[in-house]
Amino acid sequence: MLRELSLNILDIVENSVKAGAKNIRIEVSAKGNDLKIVIADDGCGMDEEFLSRVTDPFTTTRTTRKVGMGLPLLKMEAEMSGGMFDITSAPGKGTTVKSTFKIDNIDRPPLGDISSTIISLIADLNEGQELVFKFEAFGNEFSLDTSQIKRELDPVRIDEPTVLVYLKDMIKENIITENGGVSL
Amino acid sequence: MKSIADIKAIRDKMQSQIIMRDNNTSDEIRVVVGMATCGISAGARPVFNTLIDEVAKRNLSNVKVSRTGCLGMCKLEPIVEVFVPNQEKVTYCKVDAEKARNIIANHIVNGNVCTEYLISGKEL
Ligand SMILES: Nc1ncnc2c1ncn2[C@@H]1O[C@H](COP(=O)(O)OP(=O)(O)OP(=O)(O)O)[C@@H](O)[C@H]1O
Ligand SMILES: [Mg+2]
Repeated sequence: MLRELSLNILDIVENSVKAGAKNIRIEVSAKGNDLKIVIADDGCGMDEEFLSRVTDPFTTTRTTRKVGMGLPLLKMEAEMSGGMFDITSAPGKGTTVKSTFKIDNIDRPPLGDISSTIISLIADLNEGQELVFKFEAFGNEFSLDTSQIKRELDPVRIDEPTVLVYLKDMIKENIITENGGVSL
Repeated sequence: MKSIADIKAIRDKMQSQIIMRDNNTSDEIRVVVGMATCGISAGARPVFNTLIDEVAKRNLSNVKVSRTGCLGMCKLEPIVEVFVPNQEKVTYCKVDAEKARNIIANHIVNGNVCTEYLISGKEL
């Protein structure tokens, strides 16, 4: 188990970065008792056969070790907290990973520090990769798009530490993760 | 409240530094954090964020902090690698936020490798 769902997000999005995606989208939304996390990319995708065994820990294309833990962990955490896990993918088109969690389930890991996750991901983007982050909870909406930020910053790079720290604070200030005793 | 509208102000503030640095890329120091599932579950994210915070706070314009995947030594994560031009790579293991602050202060700023955080033979 990872201690925070935002650590799962950090991990799963790494797959999209490695898949050579041009556009990566992270959506976190809370409605009623459901917390939903969607990670979508337009990277290399997976074929049907590979996809059918991708939530088995022994499925990995990594070379440094024989097990890939990212997707199996997320699936287990979603199912253990009364939620659902779903992955769709097509070669050359991309991949979408959806997971839901019951907010009041005691086995649900907290969302945790999502702003740190987002800036860690932004720092890791390759040239030409863009990330969109959408957050919706308790009637409040926030979204961030790296292509827009890069345009405003040019020629300063988005992965400059000063910029990343600023973006982290900006995300923190603009999202609501706790309301009326309910904490995501 | 911080917003996208302020991004241009940051750009204006940083632009001159960046130009100076780009004429001088040969002295760029790279700090790399292992952040695959193994690193993340061992605490790599706070390490990464501490490194970014320290570099920004100290205005170290020649330091680049980035992420890498699994370095093949999962038990020793979080792992931080430091690349100083013309020097051998230094690999720190089991790094936490405090060690990360010390790596910046001692190694990056003052040039003294934090030998106590290096991989020792018995851990391998
Ligand atoms: N978005 C994606 N696009 C293309 N391939 C993917 C994607 N997500 C996962 N995969 C494939 O599925 C495999 C398993 O992914 P998973 O995250 O479970 O483990 P891993 O990335 O191999 O290792 P770990 O996450 O433990 O460091 C990956 O090695 C990759 O080949
Ligand atoms: Mg992975």
